[in-house]
Amino acid sequence: MRYEAPTTTQEAANLIAREKGEAFVLAGGTDLLVRMKTGLSDPTLVVDIKHIPAMQDVKTTDSGTKIGAAVSGSRLNANKKLKKAWPGIVEAANLIGSDQIQGRATMVGNLCNASPAADSVPAMIAAGAKAVVVGPKKRRTVPVEKIATGPGKTSLAKGEIVESINLPKRTGKAGDAYLRFIPRTEMDIAVVSAGVNLTLERGLVKTARVCLGAVGPTAVLVQKAAKAIIGSKLDEESLDKMAEACSAACTPISDKRGTVEYRTKVAGVLAKRAAKIAFKRAGGK
Amino acid sequence: MTGTLVNTTVNGDAVQFACPTDESLMDSLRDRVGLTGVKEGCGTGDCGACSITLDGELVCSCLVLGVEANGRNIGTVEGLADGDKLHPLQEQFINHAALQCGICTPGFLVAAKALLDKNKNPTEEEIRYALAGNLCRCTGYDKIVRAVQAASKDLRKKK
Repeated sequence: MRYEAPTTTQEAANLIAREKGEAFVLAGGTDLLVRMKTGLSDPTLVVDIKHIPAMQDVKTTDSGTKIGAAVSGSRLNANKKLKKAWPGIVEAANLIGSDQIQGRATMVGNLCNASPAADSVPAMIAAGAKAVVVGPKKRRTVPVEKIATGPGKTSLAKGEIVESINLPKRTGKAGDAYLRFIPRTEMDIAVVSAGVNLTLERGLVKTARVCLGAVGPTAVLVQKAAKAIIGSKLDEESLDKMAEACSAACTPISDKRGTVEYRTKVAGVLAKRAAKIAFKRAGGK
Repeated sequence: MTGTLVNTTVNGDAVQFACPTDESLMDSLRDRVGLTGVKEGCGTGDCGACSITLDGELVCSCLVLGVEANGRNIGTVEGLADGDKLHPLQEQFINHAALQCGICTPGFLVAAKALLDKNKNPTEEEIRYALAGNLCRCTGYDKIVRAVQAASKDLRKKK
């Protein structure tokens, strides 16, 4: 196995594009090293992106906040400005694993690992986040919901890597929240999860995005659920409509964590609770 | 020496080792540096027995490549005591009998120290969350939590 630690994203993309064998990006390594240990992957090339300055930054500009692909969960947690603007994103990322995992794991790694139960992904999608993708020939910016295409599968072409996550600029009254259901209090994989992001105008929901996790092959952005609460004061009737739309959008599997029926019902319940938290955070009453 | 040369700092000392690129830092520390306080439990980041600090950040060394340690600062359980004088956490683990077989203990100590470095006076709940990545199959955690609470008190008294 070759180990490379380039200092630019372009170089990293070129290295992976040129590699004939199995090539992997190494960010936090919390998924990759497990794959290597258990024999699921046997890479011929690993490209460590942690020496690329652009990947290590959290930067807020006039157009929004850019989070580099190598920024760990514990660094997100230490960033007070980010926590204040996007508490839902940070709490979603911080739910992944233990403190030890947080010391290494990244949101982009979570995204590109493409688990349907990835915690940070519904929160990013609800936020309207975009991924900056760098390939050997060109750069492109795509909505986060376009990255994962199924369990363990992404739309990234060979040599394409995600350099950063761009969050839109926060203005006016806005709030986000992420909740997941697990049978324990800590260290578990989501049975169902929901991310909600909304803005308010004159006390009413002006814009909203609702995204569910672990109830389908990828995270599901539920436009009908958002529509149900837009224009409302988040009254019970709108919330019930939103929950119904969420349940209708679920296509889960039954496994040891939960049945189809259970996941479908809980998706609506969690979305309601997350919406209430987001509403309160936005200053809604 | 065969493999990739790695220059790193372990518990304040400059250390050099060579390892294959696909070797975990846990194996490098145990087999090449001789720091067997780093324990292998699961090898997949679930149990925390191999906990170390990397540039001050708590991590599972089984989920880090040895070659990634180049130029970094590593802290292991061997760096906790000051010569013959045990760290307050180590003393309180003994006082509270917070160990039986002992294989999880180095990981708990390193994780608890990482917590107390950041939070001088953690609540019981904060301690339990901070140690959720460390598994113990003998004692049942209560004694460990009490030991960390006592050590936190000792450390606050010292200053």
